[in-house]
Amino acid sequence: MIIAQQKPVKDVAAMISNCKKVLLVGCAGCVTVCLAGGEKETEVMASSLRIMRKMEDNPLETVTYTATRQCDPEYVDMLGNMVQDVDAIVSLACGVGVQYLAERFNDKWVVPALDTKFIGGSTVHGNWEEKCGLCGDCILHRTGGICPIIRCSKSILNGPCGGSQYGKCEISKDVDCAWQLIYDRMSALGKLDKLMEFQPPKDWSKSRDGGPRKAVREDVMID
Amino acid sequence: MRLQYAPNVRIVEMPCSGTIDHRVLLQTFEDGADGVFVAGCMEGDCHFLKGNFRAKKRVHQVKKILDEIGFGGDRLDFFNLSAAQGQRFAEIVKIMTDRVMELGPNPLNKSAKKEGGAA
Repeated sequence: MIIAQQKPVKDVAAMISNCKKVLLVGCAGCVTVCLAGGEKETEVMASSLRIMRKMEDNPLETVTYTATRQCDPEYVDMLGNMVQDVDAIVSLACGVGVQYLAERFNDKWVVPALDTKFIGGSTVHGNWEEKCGLCGDCILHRTGGICPIIRCSKSILNGPCGGSQYGKCEISKDVDCAWQLIYDRMSALGKLDKLMEFQPPKDWSKSRDGGPRKAVREDVMID
Repeated sequence: MRLQYAPNVRIVEMPCSGTIDHRVLLQTFEDGADGVFVAGCMEGDCHFLKGNFRAKKRVHQVKKILDEIGFGGDRLDFFNLSAAQGQRFAEIVKIMTDRVMELGPNPLNKSAKKEGGAA
């Protein structure tokens, strides 16, 4: 899922300092699961903003709503009645949601309340780690299910660098060397020979190097 | 045990301190409370095992938010308290009311601000 974190309330307040009424839109997708922009977080943000503004003798009226997903036009359309009389929309979604709202309601000031961090998952409740580099050409079958693109600090594709010591990366003793993990797993699986197979240079045009990407499934398109 | 405590305290009963929610705590201040304390069971005594620990964490998170927005987290606190500790309850009420008297009225409560009242 997409992992995001809330911006400081003061930063969000600064973005809407000249507004009297705002709509805060949470998202019931990834940011609910990573506890950054779900229904509860949206209401806490709204309450915090109201308290701040009331202390400044400049009360703020808030409306809150949590969309099923902010990255699907059909759910964004549901906000139609709520945006009419607001001065701004505060999106508690990832960067995708913010852009969907800005595109749909192009006469409204749309601001992000979250910083979109990475694609990852939780290790324990309250701790999330980056796991996928979105390279567009998955090689996990060659690396024992461990992604060197994002879990190696240098995204090296052919083994560890000189900074790998005792299984840790040189950037921090808390960061595992991805290539050590890959070697250990492939070794345990008895598939070390796979690491010796010749690999052509990775096709980075499928990643960001090819510009903004699209995925099309004509078979599921509704006419 | 005829203990006395400040009369300006309103007790809100919850089934477990672990049910306390960030939103409820913020709402109390928006509604004009000058100070709030959450009383959870003694550590190790939670019927639901971790309710009081979770409540404590949430209260501290809300304190952080209140500090961040300039309201002041000192108006909120968490105490461990058993149902058999009437004496300690009265003490905590005094600690909190004294603290609130020192801090002054809730800055959102304009009428109290004008009158210079507190608690």
